[in-house]
Amino acid sequence: MPELYVLLVAMIAAAVVAIEIKDLLAAAVSLGMVGFSVSIAFILVQAPDLAIVQIVVEVLTVVFFAAVILRTTHIAPDAGRRIRGEMILPVVVFGAFALFFFGLAVQVFRELPPFGSPQMWVAAHYITAGLEQTGAANVVAAIILDYRAYDTLGEAVVLFTAVVGVLTIARQFGRKGREGNGGE
Amino acid sequence: MTTIVQTVSGIVGGMMFLFGGYVVLHGHLTPGGGFAGGVIVAASFVLMSLAFGSVEDSERSSYRFSSFFESLGGLSFILIGLFGYFAGHAFLNNLWHAVGQPLRLVSAGIIPLANIAIGIKVGAGLWAIFLALGASRFAMKD
Repeated sequence: MPELYVLLVAMIAAAVVAIEIKDLLAAAVSLGMVGFSVSIAFILVQAPDLAIVQIVVEVLTVVFFAAVILRTTHIAPDAGRRIRGEMILPVVVFGAFALFFFGLAVQVFRELPPFGSPQMWVAAHYITAGLEQTGAANVVAAIILDYRAYDTLGEAVVLFTAVVGVLTIARQFGRKGREGNGGE
Repeated sequence: MTTIVQTVSGIVGGMMFLFGGYVVLHGHLTPGGGFAGGVIVAASFVLMSLAFGSVEDSERSSYRFSSFFESLGGLSFILIGLFGYFAGHAFLNNLWHAVGQPLRLVSAGIIPLANIAIGIKVGAGLWAIFLALGASRFAMKD
C-alpha cells in the first residue's frame, strides 16, 4: 500500500517540524498533522473505530494546545539560544532516529496481509479458540481480561485518574465553601 | 424526597445492588462485567443517597469509605496480574484457566477475580465522583 508510505514520510517530517520550529502555534499544528495522519492510516488498514477515536482525541489536543498558546506566547522560550556548532550532534541523532523509525515502520508494513485477503483472522482466532484457551463463555470477557488485559489495566488507570481529578477539583470548592461558612 | 420516591427506592435499591453484584460475578458467562456491574452498584448507592440522605452530610463519612474501596479495587487488580508474573508467566497471564468447567461460575481462571476487582473499583470511583460533585454543588449554593 503506497499510501501508507506517503503518510509515514509525512508523519516523520511533521514530527521533526513540531519539535524544531520556533513558533509554538505552528508546532501544535504539526503535531495535529501527525495525529490526523495516524487516523488516515487506521482507515486504510480497516480500523474505522480507532480512526474515529483518534480524530476526536487529536481535535481536542490541538484545540487545547492552540487555546493555551493563544493566551500565553507564540515563541518558544529557548528560541535563538543555540549556537550553530552545537546543532551538529542533535541533528545527527535526530536523523538516525528518523531512519530507525522509518525502518521499523517499513518492517511492520511488510507484515500486513496483501490487498484482498481477509484481515479479521485475529478476531476469528478469538472466536474459535477463546473458550478453549481461557475457559470463559463470554468472548468479550475473554478478550478484555485475557488477550488484551493490558488494555483493560490502562482503562482502569484512566478511570482512576478521572476520579482523582474530579475529587481534586470538585472537593476544593466544597471545602472552601464549608470553611468560609464555618469561619463567619 | 416524597414518600412515593422513598418507598420505591427502598424496594428497588437492594435489588439494584444485587443485580450489580450478579453482573460483576457472571461477567465471564453473560454480557456485562466489572465496568458495567460497578456502574449499577454505584447507581444503587446514588439512588439511596438521593432518596433518603442529604448529600452534604454523607460526603464526609462516605469519602474515606469510597476512597478505600477505590484503592482496594485498583491494587487487587494489579495483584491478580502479579500472580501470573510470580508464577513464571507474563504479567496478567491467565492462571488456572483450566480449573472448573466452562459455562460454570467457577471457571475462566483470573477473569472473574479481575472482574470483581474492577467492579469494586468502578463502583467506589463513581460513588466518589457523585459525592464530590453533589457536595460541591451544595456548598456553592450556600
